[in-house]
Amino acid sequence: MSHILRGSSAIVGIGQAGCGKAEGRTPLDILAEATHNALDDAGLSLSDVDGLFTGSSYHFMPTLSTAEYLGIKPRFSDGSMIGGSSFIAHTLNAAMAIHSGLCDVALICYGSNQRTAGGKLATMSEQQTYEVPYKPHYPISSYALAAARHMYQYGTTREQLADVAVAARQWAQLNPEAFVRDKLTREDVLNSRMISDPLSLLDCCLVTDGGGAVIMVSSERARDYHHKPVYLLGMGMAHWHRQITQMPDLTITAAKESGQRAYEMAGLSVKDIDVVEVYDAFTINTLLFLEDLGFCPKGEGGAFVANGNISPGGTLPVNTHGGGLSCVHPGMYGIFILIEAVRQLRGSCGKRQIDGAEVALVHGNGGVLSSQATSILGTEQTL
Amino acid sequence: MTQITNKEVGPDQIYTDYLKKQIFALPKCMKCKKYHFFPRTACPHCGSFKLEWYPVTGAGEVYSCTTIYRKSERGGNYNVSLITLNEGPRIMSRVEGVEPESVKIGSRVTASIDNETDEPFVIFTPTEIPGSCHTY
Ligand SMILES: [Zn+2]
Repeated sequence: MSHILRGSSAIVGIGQAGCGKAEGRTPLDILAEATHNALDDAGLSLSDVDGLFTGSSYHFMPTLSTAEYLGIKPRFSDGSMIGGSSFIAHTLNAAMAIHSGLCDVALICYGSNQRTAGGKLATMSEQQTYEVPYKPHYPISSYALAAARHMYQYGTTREQLADVAVAARQWAQLNPEAFVRDKLTREDVLNSRMISDPLSLLDCCLVTDGGGAVIMVSSERARDYHHKPVYLLGMGMAHWHRQITQMPDLTITAAKESGQRAYEMAGLSVKDIDVVEVYDAFTINTLLFLEDLGFCPKGEGGAFVANGNISPGGTLPVNTHGGGLSCVHPGMYGIFILIEAVRQLRGSCGKRQIDGAEVALVHGNGGVLSSQATSILGTEQTL
Repeated sequence: MTQITNKEVGPDQIYTDYLKKQIFALPKCMKCKKYHFFPRTACPHCGSFKLEWYPVTGAGEVYSCTTIYRKSERGGNYNVSLITLNEGPRIMSRVEGVEPESVKIGSRVTASIDNETDEPFVIFTPTEIPGSCHTY
């Protein structure tokens, strides 16, 4: 018997705003524009929204600030904050709320002006007492430690990591909305300024502005709107640590569990996935998540991502809009991979469209490889 | 070892108080016998409140490391490492006494306490091998 939430709700609207630079606008200005774009996309209006799911690096009580700004009075809201993966996790919470009748129209949304506000990572995070004396750069040093350990255990190379950035750029070149689209070679990445060894500047995601919004409703009413619904088939989350010292094994992320849970709920396996969107804050992320989600055996991620295998024309399409590395990355990024997956399943991706894409896997990461959230989305044929 | 048992003092303060006495001590669970770090009021392995503080050997191994690049006029490059202690817990620290770029995963290190400020912290240096003039 399939899981009660499998296919019980669907995404019927998506919207973005201010991706790249959004001069003079606040995070909520951008979020509101993205929200109205998503409502227009679905054919819904603000007064239809009765469920709100959001996270923020700017607002201590994000659902309150967001609802107030938008002018809505949600009957259910959830501001679960697990970093950049929050918005992927919100798909599960929204599905539960919709399925149990706590709301009918769920809005998942995010906005940030990280770039025009000066480029620094906005955070309300407490300092990690036992890390402070050693001055790690947050968050890159934690990812660098994971990359170094992966290299030590499995012989992964900087060249292989560089190929993740090159693949992302090649996808971005097919996406007119991507923020950075000029040619990028493996050598460019290797020769870029070293920041926290082995990660150099071009191993790191962009710093942009941007907002995104997704509208979810129950599957029964999902066909009433403008676009082909995209169904939530499975979702799983996992978190094992907050700070990097507490991560049991730096080469194995909790994506292993979140992925298993998502596959199980969806009743699907890795072989069924047509397109993959993973949270690539740093090049090592893509490699770790492809391993932990079962696309290649543990330790073989380096060889798997190398030489164009995840580029356009490779065996597995990964981060088809250009990812956080080349498309957009405003502080927390999870909502944007959700939106790209929906676009792929609607078949509206133009030059970067994956032919016949029916099932997409979206994987979000938060903190320092800390929270992992996996959603599996599918077209009507997969129900 | 004398236990710092003042009930008004939490685990973070106890850890620091030992460091101020030049003792690197960690809480050990009297039920499952495991050490943990960072210090807590309950054992993260089994949930027991029966914790006592014991000095650790300070011996450990570099589990992972990174060199953070910094302009020389601002102090130059420096190392950040994760060290797995012989007693089990892993801590973030810095390996000193060698160039940051030559710190290697898998090398043996020994703890010492940097007590120059009000907030002492543990650092590591490569372990001297007896009978050898080399360190690694
Ligand atoms: Zn215990």
